[in-house]
Amino acid sequence: MSLNGWLQILLFIALVLLLAQPVGSYMTQVFERRRTWLDGVCGPVERLLYRLTGIDAEYEMRWTEYAVAMLIFSAVTLVLTYLVERLQGMLPLNTQHLPGVPADVALNTAISFTTNTNWQSYVPETTMSYLTQMVGLATHNFWSAAVGLALAIAFVRGIARRESRTLGNFWVDLTRGTLWVLLPISFVLAIALVSQGVVQNFRPYDTATLVEPQRAAGTGGQSSAVTTQTIAQGPVASQEAIKMLGTNGGGFFNANSAHPFENPTPLTNFIEMLAIFLLPAGLTVTLGQMVGSPKHGRAVLAAMTILFAVGVTACYWAESQPNPLMHQVAQGHSEQQSGGNMEGKEVRFGVANSALFATVTTDASCGAVNAMHDSFTPLGGLVPMVNILLGEIVFGGVGAGLYGMLVFVVISVFIAGLMVGRTPEYLGKKIESYDVQMSMLYLLIFPLVILGFAAVSVMMPSTGLSVLANKGPHGLSEILYAYASATGNNGSAFAGSNWNTHWYNDSIGVAMFIGRFLMIVPMLAIAGNLARKKIVPASAGTFPVTTPLFTLLLVGVIVVVGALTFFPAISLGPVLEHLLLHAGQTF
Amino acid sequence: MLSGRKMKDRRSLFDGAIVRRASVDALRKLSPKLMMKNPVMFVVEVGSVLTSVLLVRNTVQHTGHFRFDLQITLWLWFTVLFANFAEAMAEGRGKAQADALRLAKSETTAYRVNKSGGVDEVPSSQLRAGDVIRAVAGQMIPGDGEIIEGVASVDESAITGESAPVIREAGGDRSAVTGGTRVLSDAIMVRITSNPGETFLDRMIALVEGAERQKTPNEIALNILLAGLTIIFLLAVVTLQPFAMYSGAPQTIFVLISLLVCLIPTTIGGLLSAIGIAGMDRLVQHNVLATSGRAVEAAGDVNTLLLDKTGTITIGNRQATEFLAAPGVSGEQLADAAQLSSLSDETPEGRSIVVLAKEQFGLRGRELSKLNAEFIPFSATTRMSGIEVDKRSIRKGAVDAIARYLEEHGAKMPTEVRAAVEGVARSGGTPLVVAENGRALGVIHLKDIVKGGMKERFDQLRAMGIRTVMITGDNPLTAAAIAREAGVDDFLAEAKPKDKMDLIKREQAEGKLVAMTGDGTNDAPALAQADVGVAMNSGTQAAKEAGNMVDLDSNPTKLIEIVAIGKQLLMTRGALTTFSISNDIAKYFAIIPAMFAGVFPVLNALNIMHLHNAESAVLSAIIFNALVIVALIPLALRGVTYRPMSAAALLQRNLVVYGLGGVLVPFVGIKLIDMVITAVGLA
Repeated sequence: MSLNGWLQILLFIALVLLLAQPVGSYMTQVFERRRTWLDGVCGPVERLLYRLTGIDAEYEMRWTEYAVAMLIFSAVTLVLTYLVERLQGMLPLNTQHLPGVPADVALNTAISFTTNTNWQSYVPETTMSYLTQMVGLATHNFWSAAVGLALAIAFVRGIARRESRTLGNFWVDLTRGTLWVLLPISFVLAIALVSQGVVQNFRPYDTATLVEPQRAAGTGGQSSAVTTQTIAQGPVASQEAIKMLGTNGGGFFNANSAHPFENPTPLTNFIEMLAIFLLPAGLTVTLGQMVGSPKHGRAVLAAMTILFAVGVTACYWAESQPNPLMHQVAQGHSEQQSGGNMEGKEVRFGVANSALFATVTTDASCGAVNAMHDSFTPLGGLVPMVNILLGEIVFGGVGAGLYGMLVFVVISVFIAGLMVGRTPEYLGKKIESYDVQMSMLYLLIFPLVILGFAAVSVMMPSTGLSVLANKGPHGLSEILYAYASATGNNGSAFAGSNWNTHWYNDSIGVAMFIGRFLMIVPMLAIAGNLARKKIVPASAGTFPVTTPLFTLLLVGVIVVVGALTFFPAISLGPVLEHLLLHAGQTF
Repeated sequence: MLSGRKMKDRRSLFDGAIVRRASVDALRKLSPKLMMKNPVMFVVEVGSVLTSVLLVRNTVQHTGHFRFDLQITLWLWFTVLFANFAEAMAEGRGKAQADALRLAKSETTAYRVNKSGGVDEVPSSQLRAGDVIRAVAGQMIPGDGEIIEGVASVDESAITGESAPVIREAGGDRSAVTGGTRVLSDAIMVRITSNPGETFLDRMIALVEGAERQKTPNEIALNILLAGLTIIFLLAVVTLQPFAMYSGAPQTIFVLISLLVCLIPTTIGGLLSAIGIAGMDRLVQHNVLATSGRAVEAAGDVNTLLLDKTGTITIGNRQATEFLAAPGVSGEQLADAAQLSSLSDETPEGRSIVVLAKEQFGLRGRELSKLNAEFIPFSATTRMSGIEVDKRSIRKGAVDAIARYLEEHGAKMPTEVRAAVEGVARSGGTPLVVAENGRALGVIHLKDIVKGGMKERFDQLRAMGIRTVMITGDNPLTAAAIAREAGVDDFLAEAKPKDKMDLIKREQAEGKLVAMTGDGTNDAPALAQADVGVAMNSGTQAAKEAGNMVDLDSNPTKLIEIVAIGKQLLMTRGALTTFSISNDIAKYFAIIPAMFAGVFPVLNALNIMHLHNAESAVLSAIIFNALVIVALIPLALRGVTYRPMSAAALLQRNLVVYGLGGVLVPFVGIKLIDMVITAVGLA
């Protein structure tokens, strides 16, 4: 660990907290349909869209209508992406003349991008045409983020409204989130990225002649000389911006944010990480403002920041440790070398920025990577895994992080709220059996899918275990991580194994689908139920949700309820691997 | 104001007879049909059955570790039994009380008035609502009813535990009588208002026995949370076996079930119903009967307390505190006239005037009979009382009444007296003007005496976030002064029953919960509307039916205790839930290394408690898990200590005690148990 590394991490945290306030206030204005300085540009477009689609912007939806609208929208766009993928061979902007995508990969990808997961079991530069990347995938980066934003706002309305049957209008929230929030910020980000060397073109792939020809092992044991290298091109910057801002994480290239055309410099790296946390952090401020308790928003933000800081510290520390199996080699941090574990990391980012990126991308449900999580030390890799297993509520995905966190808030308020001698209340709303029921359902689905699929996979040697590149506890970690990433809609992977098989494409597809839509339904049900309730005025006897104590309580409940569920499995994965590594055994 | 019966009950938290009965009941409650109602403990019971079956099979087949497996199985059964025992203990006191009440319910003879006006002797069980009975001194009143004729003193100790007789009379707010009480003097005619099996006594027996106990809303919600956690941990344990097999370290069912039982919230799951029953029981100890557990929970949530001024905030009677003489009149003159006019006035106010005159001016009480005086009693038309003695004609009364009296004598009320009257009223007192022979002598200051300690109690309520509103018939000026002195947050002056109702509705519209007490028939609608309506047992039948609680002591101040009991009930649930869940951390550190250190010795690094070996670790965890239920039974029955303070302070205190404590205690407990069982050679 170095001072330089710590300063960058602290600068990052400071900027996130600093930007949360203006971004959050702006989103409050956008979703409460107040005046903003972008009205002149976005207003006419919004009105035109409503006129074309015949949407009544003043119509208010009940939670069930809201859910149905969201599901219809997702289903239609999912089918659209699937078709574009399948038919790309016949469509324009296919400079490499790529054929249609195979059915199981196309479906897995369509689900993956619709659910904001962006799990990629394919190699983008050899599978997807420019048109598919733009029309099929980048659009989902906007839409899935906008859907997440809309859902979070609907949940917040559920808390804020008093004796109301409705949560707002899904179409309006979707439109405003896209036009006022996602598009303008992405535009600015894309320009910034281009300035640093991220490409943005429709050119066919370049071919470069190698200065030093390589020999590559071919099939049948013969080796062949490699003298040229294909350099993929494309409209990268525009997709990269929303990939981060929308916490999507699907790379334009296979190497994702480790690729120099996606993330060329330490500055772009910093901007990309900032973009991931920008909206999730801002949403806590929006929460505080919309429910009329800015302090509560800050308490939630504080809980997120604590969990994030613990994670990044653990990850940075673990990755900076020397490899115990190479104790004869000097591995310390010095002028000459970064020290610690550099396997799978880019030299231009180093240990600190790789550990920070890994923590950020898994705290949020982004899943973009600038280093290979699979190559992290066991404890270093444990951090991203635990981040996802907590439910990606530490900042979390755009919208999804906030509503996931709020479900934990409901549970925390219920467990500890009783201790002040009143029926638990959350910001004046009584938490009753229906709310608890739906919250528990929400919390239950997550381990059910992850542990269930992982348990089934390890019981099937041929389909489940044969793809693993590593055996022992590391293999278990890879499987756990894969299902956690899918169910949590993260999309990153312990990528040592070949996940492009029928079993994993299908089961991960199901996991992504459940992890997104099945969890949204109970969440919206809670929102709908909360909206209907009266607000009990706050008094000295009210459970305080604005204090540091509440923040600590929330962190405690997240750790105990969220993490303890997975503790047995983790102890056989990364924890065992770590202990065995220090005993001299690797996998 | 503890009656003898209540003192006895408090002593008997672990009364021998109750413990014996509870032990038997704990076994009876093993019936799966009863266990199903408690999902957490049901899972433990299923686990116990499973290990028992496996134990038999292993023994027959000579496989397994008999000594370890047997101990695990036994402790699993103990876990279930301890939880059942806790519930049975909570019910035990109620059952003992119900037995006592049943004695009062024994069959009696009723004297039913027939159509012709004669009296038939019928067994009390044949009485129906609408029948009219006659009861004379020495007889038991055969059923609940309303006195329609007569007045009697009644011994209600069978119900209230209070041995002093009470007066019950036809008409007014003291007309209700309860079956099972005894007439001590005089004779009354009673219209029976309830059918057999539905009487107050029946309801009371059912209530204290817990026979009709239904889960309260919050209890249901908590049960869902616990069931959800149970399923989550079930999932974690069920999927652990495939992972363990993958890792080459498969586990026995005994260890897996031990892990499951340790993780699911058995502590709160096992004590949850005991907490609820004990909460109701605590109310009964305070001589309050709640018709539903829902009302007790609501009491914890109350935002606004409506308190009647008279009898609750002030002692019922006003007392003379000052003589304010008119110009040209000495204090002694005024006191003398006031004393004379009050000599035969037996009201507390009248007596207090006599006392004050003696205290301030040494004026001795005089014998009325020797004075040859004529006492003029208070009448609604003159609104004055007074005395005619030795050609002195003395009157005392409200200012307007005396003013009229003075005008009849061609005199006027001096402005100084009027000023004194206003001064008294503004300070919250009631002015009485004294006049003699057509001349105003001055003003007596009658003061409402606020009960001792009320201000502190209202401060506590305020700290708890509860607003107190005083209800009074006084004018706003007087009401404001008393409200200020008593320290209530608000007052409703010149209140009519409808105003009270409107106030409740207004508060409820803002989302607040309202509690009130009442006794009269015209209180009934408000009692029904309030979220917590406490009817006085001395009140009318209508009031008792409208409220959701009855205070047998008829003490309006009891409302404050009821709120505290409601809060204590909820706090106990929250505290034990938090404790139970926090316990899991230590149990993981006991069991996980024990499970896998055999195959992977490196995992002993997680054995931070340095438990002796794998078997002792699992056993210690499961023994701790079972014993902690027993250890917490007294807490569940008594409730966590409750001191009025703000929610933030309460939360901090309880989180430290039950949250942090819940994390740390099991580390110590499991280590100690491990040392003990290792020492005695059980593992």
